[in-house]
Amino acid sequence: MMAEYSAFSLLANALKGNKDWKPAWRKPDPKASYDVIIIGGGGHGLATAYYLAKEHGITNVAVLEKSWLGSGNVGRNTTAVRSNYLLPANTRFYEHSMKLWEGLSHELNYNVMFSQRGCLNLAHTPAQFDDYARRGNAMRHLGVDAELMTPAEIKRLIPALDISSDARFPVVGGLMQRRAGTARHDAVAWGYARGADRRGVDIIENCEVTGFLRDGDRVTGVTTSRGDIRARKVAVAVAGSTGRVMQLAGIATMPIESHVLQAFVTESLKPFIDTVVTFGMGHFYMSQSDKGGLVYGGDIDGYNSYAQRGNLPIVDEVMSEMLALFPGLARVRMLRSWGGVCDMSMDGSPIITAGPLPGMYLNCGWCYGGFKATPASGWTFAWTIAKDEPHEFNAPFTLDRFHRGLVIDDKGQGANPRLH
Amino acid sequence: MLITCPYCGPRGVIEFTYQGDGNRERPDPASQNFEAWNAYVYDRLNPAGDHNEIWQHSGGCRAHLRVVRNTLTHEISSVAFVRGDHGSAARRKAEDKA
Repeated sequence: MMAEYSAFSLLANALKGNKDWKPAWRKPDPKASYDVIIIGGGGHGLATAYYLAKEHGITNVAVLEKSWLGSGNVGRNTTAVRSNYLLPANTRFYEHSMKLWEGLSHELNYNVMFSQRGCLNLAHTPAQFDDYARRGNAMRHLGVDAELMTPAEIKRLIPALDISSDARFPVVGGLMQRRAGTARHDAVAWGYARGADRRGVDIIENCEVTGFLRDGDRVTGVTTSRGDIRARKVAVAVAGSTGRVMQLAGIATMPIESHVLQAFVTESLKPFIDTVVTFGMGHFYMSQSDKGGLVYGGDIDGYNSYAQRGNLPIVDEVMSEMLALFPGLARVRMLRSWGGVCDMSMDGSPIITAGPLPGMYLNCGWCYGGFKATPASGWTFAWTIAKDEPHEFNAPFTLDRFHRGLVIDDKGQGANPRLH
Repeated sequence: MLITCPYCGPRGVIEFTYQGDGNRERPDPASQNFEAWNAYVYDRLNPAGDHNEIWQHSGGCRAHLRVVRNTLTHEISSVAFVRGDHGSAARRKAEDKA
């Protein structure tokens, strides 16, 4: 297939007044039945559709999105991509994702602006630095890049950072993953959508699932705001709405709570920071977008919420953390803030599995780390749907691990979603 | 978000600590029913709408409160002391003060 977007096509379309561009995806009406229905037109659902078509040749697929494409968390996150985990199950999975990110713009012929600008975790105590050394060694043991940095090296990398000994929390070092970075999140949704659409997948927007069609236990389709649609396999990839959708299938409880996470962007500044930096004495992370805005966030608000908006205490806390690291930003104005609903699992790790009902497949529990997982989530979920068994990368991420004592708790926080 | 503590009156959410889902029933400590313990520790109703939850007024009177809050709108429809006896004790204290 010739690349749809190229220097030549840009020039040719510019000369013709940009009137002949094809829409990136069609707007089909739903058919009566499909081989696979994917509920949720976010990054993970669209990536799943793309890899089902590309890797497994399953193209009779519909992606059902209740709103417009990419209106949920894929367009609300702070765009960081990294694979700096401690536990092997997470490291292997997120490193697979990182490798897919590294080829993604080429793979999709769509510029997702993946920028490997590095991600630096700051340590503020010797014990924390030791802990980072342990995590860095665990990463390197599995072939992932990691390096420890001294305060002097960090200061060279991020001149605006306060590393003085009278800072509120002096910096004693950091753990850097150079291959980490950021990507343009909307482009990820659009790129996967176009790739799936061109392979025959129907992307159906403004189509809300209102219930499941059942034959006994087996799921045989869905009822939607645009009529009933049957399918041999129904896959759920709805992040913060997991509880609501599973309740439609008669599953009352899940090892998940939905919480709101806020994010913020400042007015545009000249180049200020060319890496992703995280604070070690609270929860704060920041990078600079290509437009110049500082994109940053902190903890979830900490109570159950489906509201896509948060409260002021977290705003105050995040700003305080920012100023503890970068006192020079005190007079920079915040441009926008927003919220997204996160599916907080009980161990901080995701669920990618066949089931829990026959004919159903489940992808959820992303906490607030789902964006970086998008390629591997779609890739392993497509594998699981196509083959009715997990790939080795997602085999540990079962739904029943909680009741079997096999939790994957990278932070060691226990069954306490607001701490993951 | 304001929570009206039955003892202290309306206060900003920053004074409160979220103690989580109030729907869960802890099994009898002597119980060896693993399924019941697993369900207590891990399984949540997570409703979109009214949610029973426990908050502590940790920056105030430190009472544990049973709150009904709508997870779609953050609107709070009821606040009561978790333990009825605690509630009546606190009310007596308030009356003594008055």
